Amino acid sequence: MQQRIPLAAIAPGETVRVAEICVEGALRRRLFDLGLIPQTLISCRFAAPAGSPMAFTVRGAVLALRTRDAQEIFVERVS
Amino acid sequence: MTKNRQTKETPVAALAGNPNVGKSTIFNALTGMRQHTGNWPGKTVSLAQGVCMYKGEEIRLVDLPGTYALVSKSQEETLAAGFISGGEADCVIAVCDATSLERSLILALQVMELTDRVIVCVNLMDEAQKQGIEINLAALSFELGVPVVAASASREEGMGELLEQLRRILDGFEAPRPRRCGVVPDSIRESHLGAEALYGASGRASDEIAAQFVRRAEEIAKRVVRETRQDAKTRTLRVDRLLTGKVTGPLSLAGLLGLVFWLTIQGANVPSQLLQRGFDAMEAILWAVADSFHAPPWLSGALIAGVYQTTAKVVSVMLPPVLIFFPLFTLLEDAGYLPRVAFLMDGCFEKCGSCGKQALTMCMGFGCNAAGVSGCRIIDSERERLIGMLTNALVPCNGRFPTLLTLGALFFGASDAWLAALVLTGCVLLGVGMTMLSSLLLGKTVLKGAPSHFTLELPPFRRPQIGKVIVRSLRDRSLFVLGRAVAVAAPAGLLLWLLGNVSFDGMPVLVKLSRVLDPVGIWLGMNGAILLAFLLSFPANELLLPVCVMILSAGGSLAQAQTMDVSSQLVQAGWTWKTALCVMVFTLFHWPCSTTVLTIRKESGSAKWAFLGMLLPTAIGVLLCRVLQLTL
Repeated sequence: MQQRIPLAAIAPGETVRVAEICVEGALRRRLFDLGLIPQTLISCRFAAPAGSPMAFTVRGAVLALRTRDAQEIFVERVS
Repeated sequence: MTKNRQTKETPVAALAGNPNVGKSTIFNALTGMRQHTGNWPGKTVSLAQGVCMYKGEEIRLVDLPGTYALVSKSQEETLAAGFISGGEADCVIAVCDATSLERSLILALQVMELTDRVIVCVNLMDEAQKQGIEINLAALSFELGVPVVAASASREEGMGELLEQLRRILDGFEAPRPRRCGVVPDSIRESHLGAEALYGASGRASDEIAAQFVRRAEEIAKRVVRETRQDAKTRTLRVDRLLTGKVTGPLSLAGLLGLVFWLTIQGANVPSQLLQRGFDAMEAILWAVADSFHAPPWLSGALIAGVYQTTAKVVSVMLPPVLIFFPLFTLLEDAGYLPRVAFLMDGCFEKCGSCGKQALTMCMGFGCNAAGVSGCRIIDSERERLIGMLTNALVPCNGRFPTLLTLGALFFGASDAWLAALVLTGCVLLGVGMTMLSSLLLGKTVLKGAPSHFTLELPPFRRPQIGKVIVRSLRDRSLFVLGRAVAVAAPAGLLLWLLGNVSFDGMPVLVKLSRVLDPVGIWLGMNGAILLAFLLSFPANELLLPVCVMILSAGGSLAQAQTMDVSSQLVQAGWTWKTALCVMVFTLFHWPCSTTVLTIRKESGSAKWAFLGMLLPTAIGVLLCRVLQLTL
């Protein structure tokens, strides 16, 4: 099994696959409705000057998430 | 609102879709000028509604708020879900974005769960073509089981076909048979229970339901979408990295803002003077006409020196900057720059314990604080919504901007327009800084709590349609703002004239009042007349400078008020650049206009918050002006 890392830890340009979403509450359903579910391919585009938020490409759309929330989403590197 | 649903006279079609898919462009293309924004009977959130004609028959069109789901998590979603599942719409047009079809299908699939009568409109086909994205529409229609119409609403392409399809469904010539995910049972479809079923009974059930739509959208997209090249995406990425970069991001934000102000100041100068000259000439004619009719002096005074002069001043001061500023701002909005601003600023808002969406309502506040306050509905958490509402008036709205622009240009722009632009950018940054500081303070005191989540979509950059932007911003913003200002200026002019001509204690009431306020005004680095002007412009901030001039003329401190421009009048009245600076600061931070206060009262449901919404900016203004008065 591949090593899981938080989404917040990936570098711009990197593409990963979502393994587990540990976010709870309203944000959880919002992420699902935005198409961010387990097994989704996601790539980091860039981060804001302060490091948070970070912008990701999810299913063709660009989505910004706070680093704090991206810590709670675990991903696997795709070879 | 004469026709309602019971009579069934005019069929109703609703537009549903994610934010940024061009729903409003479709709405505008279909309804043209036959539209208005107002409350739907029984609904508290206002909706854009319009009428479109097709083959001699009317169809009422409702533009539902842009949402990502129909699961009643926010006011917008509740409204959209209720509208669709409650059978209020006879047909729903689910608008999708051709450039990210997979994502927009998620919502379209949810719409299809709630009703049979759905048309999927794939908008932005022109953009998709530019990006090398091909969509097999016949296959999409087969997969969905509902009619699919391709459109490029900005070029008004596909609108005829959309109307034809709409008519066929409304007239019952075609009955779509949506291929559903099967989440909502038939027995509760088309009832308010339907929307509840979309959410699921428990957390895990909710996950599974949401994931079903996502997987189905993925499956469909795989079958119907083909991407031929990647170059457009790389280009967007390059621009994005520039606009949100460590150094280039903040720099470009400040630069763009500065450029907009500079263009406004430079461009507004000459037309403003021309207008003033025209109004002066007109006034001379009016006096002559009044004379020839032997009108009593009180009547011609009240109408010409009161109503006409004030209205003319408001128009000549406001019209040119508003005509330049709003199209420029709308241009940035249209190009997709505003979400980047929210992206850049969210880090700061997070540190202030509030939500990044506040950056967006703050941006709306630059247009109109009342609009910004009602825009706070997009903030899900009650606590952060209140923070957003209470701090919204800390950024200058378009009613106060002309004052800042005029004073900036008069007292700092004479030598160098760039200095004026710098001062104005400083004003804006100060407003933004205060918004954050106050948010932090409110979050630590009266509105304690944990910050909620934040998601923000960054739509692709689009070439703004310059012609349409100008028409739209003229119609929706500039003329609206001007109309409101004139509607308030005319009666206020009358009141002012009365206050200036009715004597009390041996002097005009205006002068008496300004003398009474003098100690407080001077203590704040201004004077009583200015403070009185601030009080009298409570109905509309646009009135501030004209009222100032009016009070000065009433006091006899100005010899020939009509023949001089605002600048020399103010200088003659003893204004220095320090006075101007204090007035600018107090313009930024004082009680919001009556409309905004009423909106806070309505949105928060309590007079207490409305009062705090007045107290907070006033306290900041008093503090800053006092500091300026002591240090300068």
